[in-house]
Amino acid sequence: MAKQIFTLNVNGRDHELYTEPNQTLLQVVRDELRYTGAKEGCGTGDCGACTMMVDGKVVTSCLVLAPDAAGREIVTIEGLADGEQLHPLQQAFIDNGSVQCGFCIPGMILSGAALLEENPNPTRDEIRRGIAGNLCRCTGYRKIVDAIEAVAGD
Amino acid sequence: MRRFDYYRASSVDEAISLLGEHGEGGMLLSGGTDVLVQIKEAGLNPVYVVSLNGIEELRELSGSGDGLHIGARVLMHEVAANDDVVQRYSALADGAGVVGSRQTRNLATIGGNIVNAAPSADTSPPMVVLGGVAHVAGSGGTREVAVENLWTGPRQTVLEHTEVVTHFTVPAPPSNAGSYYERHTPRQIMDIAAVGTGVYVELDGDGICTTARIALGAVAPTVMRAPQAEAALVGKAIDVESAAAAGTAASAEAKPISDQRGSDEFRRHLVEVMTTRSILAATERAQG
Repeated sequence: MAKQIFTLNVNGRDHELYTEPNQTLLQVVRDELRYTGAKEGCGTGDCGACTMMVDGKVVTSCLVLAPDAAGREIVTIEGLADGEQLHPLQQAFIDNGSVQCGFCIPGMILSGAALLEENPNPTRDEIRRGIAGNLCRCTGYRKIVDAIEAVAGD
Repeated sequence: MRRFDYYRASSVDEAISLLGEHGEGGMLLSGGTDVLVQIKEAGLNPVYVVSLNGIEELRELSGSGDGLHIGARVLMHEVAANDDVVQRYSALADGAGVVGSRQTRNLATIGGNIVNAAPSADTSPPMVVLGGVAHVAGSGGTREVAVENLWTGPRQTVLEHTEVVTHFTVPAPPSNAGSYYERHTPRQIMDIAAVGTGVYVELDGDGICTTARIALGAVAPTVMRAPQAEAALVGKAIDVESAAAAGTAASAEAKPISDQRGSDEFRRHLVEVMTTRSILAATERAQG
């Protein structure tokens, strides 16, 4: 299997990579680039723990081959804050006590951010649907929805 | 994940020649939401994949003229949000809008959804009832295949190893037409259809049904038409009674199996209820 050389732009920086092509975007970003915010839950696109933004759209990075992400702009949870200034959703998750074990939270925040980008004033039901691709096995959905709702309309 | 070689095609011609050059055992990779899951979990073991992700010519979506053109790499969220699709090819927007999650719809493509030939694919019944045509490029030239005739069984199509579906066209429906798709899933979101029902109707000035096309998903080895149900509608005013009669006919025509998403008996019941409801919904859109 021929390794591939390609460049990934992650959180605003270009990284040259040389990896086997059956590596997913998630694997490369975690294991090679050491951005470990995105998690592997199911590995089959069901749980959303691996959510990243690619060209501004949330995707399950466990179902993207790393070389297919070459030339795209990838943002992980590590790239959401503006320097020391947290993204409003990150702050809202803290303020609302939305984090239990934390495994789903990077994906939840990115999905929440994508939802608010599309629909700045979602209802609670729209928020639930907006994060339907992200599972929280602590089942702490209420406070997650509270946090997104707190930022909505701002 | 299993090992495989990877080639990235930058044009349709290059994809075709890569498939020809490397022979059997390879497959095309588009959004990956189905193929990569099958490689990881379902024993799919390609020797190599040819990624279509860099081919811009497969990304066209235009529906304002006298028909719809959808490139094979148009994403589900783009189909579901396109104004022309929503207004004139509504069943297709219904189907694309319920695939997977937001994350899935940002990756999954219309070409992948249809060519994977899953009997539960949510854009397949809409494509069938809207009369969609797949445009296929191969080493010997191009050909057209009605989407309805594309599948031969679960995960099986009439496509040759070196053929690539480049786009679909759908004829523009007249203003007195309406279409609708719905599905039933055990979970509301992020699940696969236990039954899907797609309906297209045309009405004349007196509200009589002149054309009806009904397609059922997940109740046969491929998405299937329901000709008896269609015949039960044509020539009649569509109301609760005639829609229910067509629903009963569709239920008798379906050939469901029992699996973890429902028994054959339950699926027949769903076909009856959902076909009836979908006919009424499509009719309402035709009148609106």
